[in-house]
Amino acid sequence: MTEIHHNALEGKSHFAGIWVFLEGRKGSLRDVSVQLIGEGRRLADRRGVPLTGVLPGHDVEALARHAIGYGLDRVVVVDHPLLEIYRSRPFTKVMATLIIRHKPEIVLYGASKNGRDLGGRLHAVLETGLAADCVKFDLDDDGNLDMIRPSFGGKSLAHILCKQHRPQMASARRNVFLAPRHDPSRQGAIVHEAVEISDADLDAKLLEFTEFVREGGARPDEAGIVVSGGYGLGDPKNFGMLQELADLLGGAVAASRKAVDSGWIPKEFQVGQTGMTVRPKVYFAIGISGAVQHLAGMQESGKIVAINIDPKAAIFEIADYGIVGNLFQIVPEMIQQLKELKARPAKTVEAVATIR
Amino acid sequence: MAERFDAVVVGAGPAGSAAALALAKEKFSVLLVERGRTAGSKNMFGGRVYAWPLFDLLPEWQKDCPVERFVTRESLAFLSGDASLSVQFENPASTSGRAASFTALRPKFDEWLAKKAEAAGATLITGIKVDELLREGGKVRGVVAGPDKIAANVVVLAEGAMGPLAQKAGLLPELAPKAVSVGVKETVELPAATIQERFALGEKEGAAVVYAGDASMGLRGGGFLYTNKASVSLGLVVSSEDLARKKVEVQEVMERFRLHPSIQRLLKGGKVGEYSAHLVPELGLGMRAKYIADGVLLAGDAAGFLINNGYTFRGVDLAIASGIAAARAAVDARARGDFSAAGLASYDRHLRALNVLTDLERFRSTGGYLKNERLFSLYPKLLLGITEKVYTVDGSGKERISDVVLQEMKGKAPLFKMLKDFLDAARSM
Amino acid sequence: MPTGGPIRIVVCIKQVPKAQELQVDPKTQTLKRVGVPSEINPPDANALEFALRIKDDMPAEIVVLSMGPTSFDESLERAIAMGADRAVLLTDRILGGSDTVPTAHALSETIAKIGGYDLILCGEETTDASTGHVGPGIAGHLAIPQVTYISEMRIVDGKVRARRTAEDGSEWWETAMPCLLTVNFGCNRPREPTLSGKIRVKRGGVIVHWSCADVGIDPNKVGLRNSPTIVAKVDTVHLPPRARKLFQGEAREVVAQLLKALVEDGVIAP
Ligand SMILES: Cc1cc2nc3c(=O)[nH]c(=O)nc-3n(C[C@H](O)[C@H](O)[C@H](O)COP(=O)(O)OP(=O)(O)OC[C@H]3O[C@@H](n4cnc5c(N)ncnc54)[C@H](O)[C@@H]3O)c2cc1C
Ligand SMILES: Cc1cc2nc3c(=O)[nH]c(=O)nc-3n(C[C@H](O)[C@H](O)[C@H](O)COP(=O)(O)OP(=O)(O)OC[C@H]3O[C@@H](n4cnc5c(N)ncnc54)[C@H](O)[C@@H]3O)c2cc1C
Ligand SMILES: Nc1ncnc2c1ncn2[C@@H]1O[C@H](COP(=O)(O)O)[C@@H](O)[C@H]1O
Repeated sequence: MTEIHHNALEGKSHFAGIWVFLEGRKGSLRDVSVQLIGEGRRLADRRGVPLTGVLPGHDVEALARHAIGYGLDRVVVVDHPLLEIYRSRPFTKVMATLIIRHKPEIVLYGASKNGRDLGGRLHAVLETGLAADCVKFDLDDDGNLDMIRPSFGGKSLAHILCKQHRPQMASARRNVFLAPRHDPSRQGAIVHEAVEISDADLDAKLLEFTEFVREGGARPDEAGIVVSGGYGLGDPKNFGMLQELADLLGGAVAASRKAVDSGWIPKEFQVGQTGMTVRPKVYFAIGISGAVQHLAGMQESGKIVAINIDPKAAIFEIADYGIVGNLFQIVPEMIQQLKELKARPAKTVEAVATIR
Repeated sequence: MAERFDAVVVGAGPAGSAAALALAKEKFSVLLVERGRTAGSKNMFGGRVYAWPLFDLLPEWQKDCPVERFVTRESLAFLSGDASLSVQFENPASTSGRAASFTALRPKFDEWLAKKAEAAGATLITGIKVDELLREGGKVRGVVAGPDKIAANVVVLAEGAMGPLAQKAGLLPELAPKAVSVGVKETVELPAATIQERFALGEKEGAAVVYAGDASMGLRGGGFLYTNKASVSLGLVVSSEDLARKKVEVQEVMERFRLHPSIQRLLKGGKVGEYSAHLVPELGLGMRAKYIADGVLLAGDAAGFLINNGYTFRGVDLAIASGIAAARAAVDARARGDFSAAGLASYDRHLRALNVLTDLERFRSTGGYLKNERLFSLYPKLLLGITEKVYTVDGSGKERISDVVLQEMKGKAPLFKMLKDFLDAARSM
Repeated sequence: MPTGGPIRIVVCIKQVPKAQELQVDPKTQTLKRVGVPSEINPPDANALEFALRIKDDMPAEIVVLSMGPTSFDESLERAIAMGADRAVLLTDRILGGSDTVPTAHALSETIAKIGGYDLILCGEETTDASTGHVGPGIAGHLAIPQVTYISEMRIVDGKVRARRTAEDGSEWWETAMPCLLTVNFGCNRPREPTLSGKIRVKRGGVIVHWSCADVGIDPNKVGLRNSPTIVAKVDTVHLPPRARKLFQGEAREVVAQLLKALVEDGVIAP
């Protein structure tokens, strides 16, 4: 089996331009790819270079054209039936070949599972730097990409530089960069590139795919109010109670990883380091202990409300409001009072609040 | 993988480590299993070790034994209300020789002794709890821990007070509340210089104080205080039967004790460190362990080898001595090629030779220290009442001491009963 | 790949400071690392548990591999006590400061030196570096198949089947061995060390220490000097201060107080 080994150290000055790896999903782009185009645009303009999207896939011409509307100057398309779904080896081969061929200065990926899978393999093959999960980018005085990422569960931010090696590569967290507006009239080039891929590159077979189904409701990363449940819920059926609370508040339900890992709620509701980042006006952490990995995904929320039976739970450290108590008493009571509030004119808030 | 050892020792407290060390010296392959993260990490005691059995086990023990201070100053203090009366005894010679005793911290002391056993060749494994004894036709053949069965010719069960494994194996009766005391202890950190100043001690010297009377809120039991290098151990041992009967929590008794002015004075400015609690099997109150059975010997607290007579608390020394005796019995059994109860029978003789059983029997014959409640509530009060009167000069006219005594005693206890109580107590001590 | 005989599984584990014990020093605003207890990087423990389960079912040899200072022996010993057969610690001063490129390189070379292997298991990411790049990096170096973020796996007819958890669904992949898998945190419950495992550790000889020279690693490929990335500086995150107000009392009362506060803050509608 051959892989391309390439030391990017030589001839750093030959590298130019900014690339964004575009991850397709069911005929559209993954949201993090769109967000990255926006950030890539900003960097490309500062650096005065073109912004290129790279889209390996099959029958993705229309998608490539659509992607330009978000702010790309051109899209490199590699079309092959084997690229129809994401596969580690063929995608690594495509990206490595293109990077060696065209020598971009910067390559950005979304820090999705696939993005990290690809970047991790690729950076070792290319022997160049890759910073994971960046939340901010900057350019230093020498034009190096300043890749800024949380470290130690978000307690600090590390500035990563890749000074000698090219390309400089980074993955970016989802939902930290704003998605740019789509401009259908934007003009850009579609460049088809050929990379030789054969069945020999097919080293793993996808046997089965079960899509996580979302049962309606608002998306936590878009909602103003998030009602998040953890392992303290004890049973998947109790998410019903949280949904009722979220509905009354006009918010969305989310979860800690332990609730997700327990199979109580699909992965896409997971908040945290390895889930999504949310910044609602109010975040309710219910039966969640407050591990650093969880905080990493919600500590920038407007107000944080913690409901936990354990007064020593770490979540109280970062809560604006805390209730030490049993969620099975507190949540139904909240539902009850919110219903009462809804049923009455607004003025009675005062009265309810001062009972006893 | 099936493992096999000549001997498995359960528990790396003083009894277990002593047994493992003595066995390893006799070329037994020994597995010493301790459930704590390190030996001693979970263990507590008042704080004083009578050194004598260490001379037999490790003649060079003084070289690196983690001694806090050698006890050179003993006191017995009676507390009542805000008053206290104490009797002191100074013994500067007790820093060496078989009569020496010293204060120690269990995490350090136990780990030191366990490491000595390891150095002698025992395999010390920590962080593993033995779940049960491996039994075959009523005979003990080793131990079971998680998925593992470890075979051995002899198991020394040194699991400490209450011995759940021993109970499960029918070697130890379930203890009645009256046979159990609760011990609690707090360590209060103070600079070494402060300790030396407050207790009038030299650099390596230490004090031991035993408290009676209000120390235990009149419950059967008493308080203790030991000076370590840079901390003071303060604690209580009280009858759990009394606690239940009077519906008080041991923490409450401890709190009261700590707040007594005479204690406060000694601890002023100290930083309260860890708090711990442990059970104490009270002997002489009907507890009898079957400490020899087929393939197994019980040692230390697990066998109930402990004497608490109010002014001396002997657990660690008897634990070490019984560990040595258990090893000697195993050596005899090996010589005979018989690890049944009969083959191990010399344990009794070795215990006697080390005075473990003799001391215990003498103590037991009196029915134990905790028998009589009057010793803890009434008499300390009486004593203090008398002393207070004797030492109070307020111009109201001084009475004769004998008048004071009789006046104080009136209606509280008949004189002959009191004399008998004191005699009993003296005999148990 | 050895056929018929026991399969060989290499599990890459890193020792990390216990995450919940890491605190920012309020004075210096730096992370207090001294005296913080260590543990096996949690997802790596899940990876090891997968290996042990395979070994419960079929003949297998489990080699744990780590790169780091000799203090990592603590975690390797734990891995052996849990049931791994032996451990290799790649330890050398010149490895200090390696980022994911040299780390993946050095681990790959060491795996090659160990000899034949059928399966390499890594954790999804470490709690200290949290890149998740080392596992795929090793697969890239060794040019073997990789399946990342797996929560379930089995060996069927000499092939590996693994369930990968992606954002939008769960995927079952099949691949030939040798291959590399990265394992999700929390997908199984790592077993506790056993008495017989700890006895094996005590008897010694289960952990070997290799230097770069022992493995034949080119010193010009590892260490801080040969790492493409550098950490230029670290900023402390200044999160908005939180009121940390606790409501106490009966459920009805505390909920009323909470709702009132939220209404007053204007974050929920009255
Ligand atoms: C590499 C890695 C990545 C990770 N990524 C993430 C991530 O993205 N997101 C994430 O959330 N975690 C993540 N974790 C896991 C994280 O470390 C914690 O294990 C997890 O967040 C704990 O979830 P929890 O708070 O729901 O469960 P627990 O820690 O078990 O807490 C449950 C809480 O519920 C409380 N409780 C129980 N009963 C009641 C009751 N009746 N009423 C009120 N309260 C009650 C308990 O007091 C407790 O505080 C990651 C870990 C690793 C190693
Ligand atoms: C408050 C208090 C004050 C005391 N003061 C004194 C004093 O001043 N002087 C004195 O000499 N004595 C004192 N004692 C008594 C003394 O602590 C004990 O007598 C002595 O510790 C007994 O030693 P041991 O080895 O038998 O048991 P322990 O010291 O209790 O050791 C038993 C060991 O076995 C381990 N273990 C238990 N079960 C298992 C298992 N299933 N698997 C593996 N390991 C296991 C335990 O973790 C422990 O390390 C005091 C006791 C108390 C409670
Ligand atoms: N120093 C190391 N030694 C052994 N394995 C490592 C080391 N660093 C990382 N790994 C493995 O690579 C995985 C991902 O690490 P990281 O890329 O640092 O998040 C870890 O879960 C380990 O399995």
